[in-house]
Amino acid sequence: MKQILTGNEAAAIAAKLARVKVISAYPITPQTAIVEKLAEFVADGELEAEFMKVESEHSAMSACIGAAAAGARTFTATSSQGLMLMSEMLYIASGLRLPVVMANANRALSSPLNIWCDQQDSMAVRDSGWVQLYCEDNQEILDSILQAYRVAEELLLPVMVCFDGYILSHTAEPVDVPEQGEVDKFLPPYELPHPLDPERPVTMGPVGVPEYYQEIRCMLQEAVRVAEDKIAEIDRAFGRRFGRRYGLIERYRSDDAEVVLLTLGSLSGTARGLIDRYRKRGEKVGLVKLRVFRPFPFGELIDALGHAKAVAVLEKDVSLGSGGALFIDAAAAFIDVARRPLMLNFICGLGGRDVTQLDIREAIRVAGRAAETGVVRRAVRWLGLREKIVGLRPKL
Amino acid sequence: MRITVGAIVTDAGNTAQTETGSWRTFRPVVDAKKCTGCGICWIFCPEPAIGEGKPAVVDYKYCKGCGICANECPFKAITMVPEGRG
Ligand code: SF4
Ligand code: SF4
Repeated sequence: MKQILTGNEAAAIAAKLARVKVISAYPITPQTAIVEKLAEFVADGELEAEFMKVESEHSAMSACIGAAAAGARTFTATSSQGLMLMSEMLYIASGLRLPVVMANANRALSSPLNIWCDQQDSMAVRDSGWVQLYCEDNQEILDSILQAYRVAEELLLPVMVCFDGYILSHTAEPVDVPEQGEVDKFLPPYELPHPLDPERPVTMGPVGVPEYYQEIRCMLQEAVRVAEDKIAEIDRAFGRRFGRRYGLIERYRSDDAEVVLLTLGSLSGTARGLIDRYRKRGEKVGLVKLRVFRPFPFGELIDALGHAKAVAVLEKDVSLGSGGALFIDAAAAFIDVARRPLMLNFICGLGGRDVTQLDIREAIRVAGRAAETGVVRRAVRWLGLREKIVGLRPKL
Repeated sequence: MRITVGAIVTDAGNTAQTETGSWRTFRPVVDAKKCTGCGICWIFCPEPAIGEGKPAVVDYKYCKGCGICANECPFKAITMVPEGRG
């Protein structure tokens, strides 16, 4: 049934539809409304779950790890500083191979303090062994969380569903909410292979001495890497049941494009309309939306971008001292490929700065010029800066 | 050893294979005259390394020398002696 939902409401309803058994979270803007809604569901008896109030995000993730270790389907949500505080425990969840699912409403990192959207928070934990999905709209948030549980439980990996703070978390739009019965068929109860159980004692999180640690890490890396196939398979199964599928990436009018935008999250929505305008004028500009950032879909990206003359990577994050996280990986995808596009990186939309179609046109213009001349003058650029900052020497 | 998913150890009781006695730099020595056999040291010992009984008996295969027993003994019956001496 179609309902008008904010991104936060869509996330909460998805967790409810997944029949989560344990929720543990600490409030942080802009995520708070998700767990408020879930607390309401539990208090009203609409959701049979344990809602654990904790004193920090570190504890929230710890509680989720404990609950997941006991075999319960668990959920948490956070943003920004909360995710940073969780980061130690994120590695524990993936290292223990526990299928925790989390919603992250993307928000900038302090300092300066900023509660608005960008993706520096989730990008900062991209190496933590969590599967990362980025959503374009509220329907995708709901659908991705349902898919995330299947992915998590079939692969024994934690999954982070990321969506842009405010732009999605606080914006209401129509969302098709599936029937509980249908969700139950898609997402049956699961059993952890070795849960904490006094009848069958196990040790979780033992010391991994140098003779073994590396192998255990390699197993985790392999598990995340091959998750690609499973994510695609589950997405197809979801599509068959609910009529919507998303893929690891989405190609939007990009197959014959000379200049291709590569982006993730709600920016894809802004770019789509603009691409249509370019196409109307006969200009070969396209969009590739990346939905699954971890595991990074190297093969699919090479397929989707290899033919282009120039690729403009637009992203709301920066690996300080390098470039955008998406750009770094996308460029790495082509390292051994003979035919490859020129790659340009545009850092934009940090700390909630609007990314307008005018900004995106600037990126397309610069990428277009690189395509014509075959030269990239500067690989990493910032879009929409108020003042000329880049390249200025700090005055001491 | 077979490495399991998540490095979960499924055979119970394997702690006995870890001989923590090799960590020790100080060894607890029980003074049989002072020990009343109250069992406080046994309760506090983080390893299965000091037994109930009068006087309390230390299992040096597992005693890691943390000194908790000496600290907790209400009768000051345990002295921590540097390894290699006394
Ligand atoms: S706590 Fe002291 S007195 Fe009591 S059993 Fe241990 S050594 Fe003996
Ligand atoms: S020193 Fe520590 S490990 Fe050894 S017997 Fe005393 S409490 Fe136990």
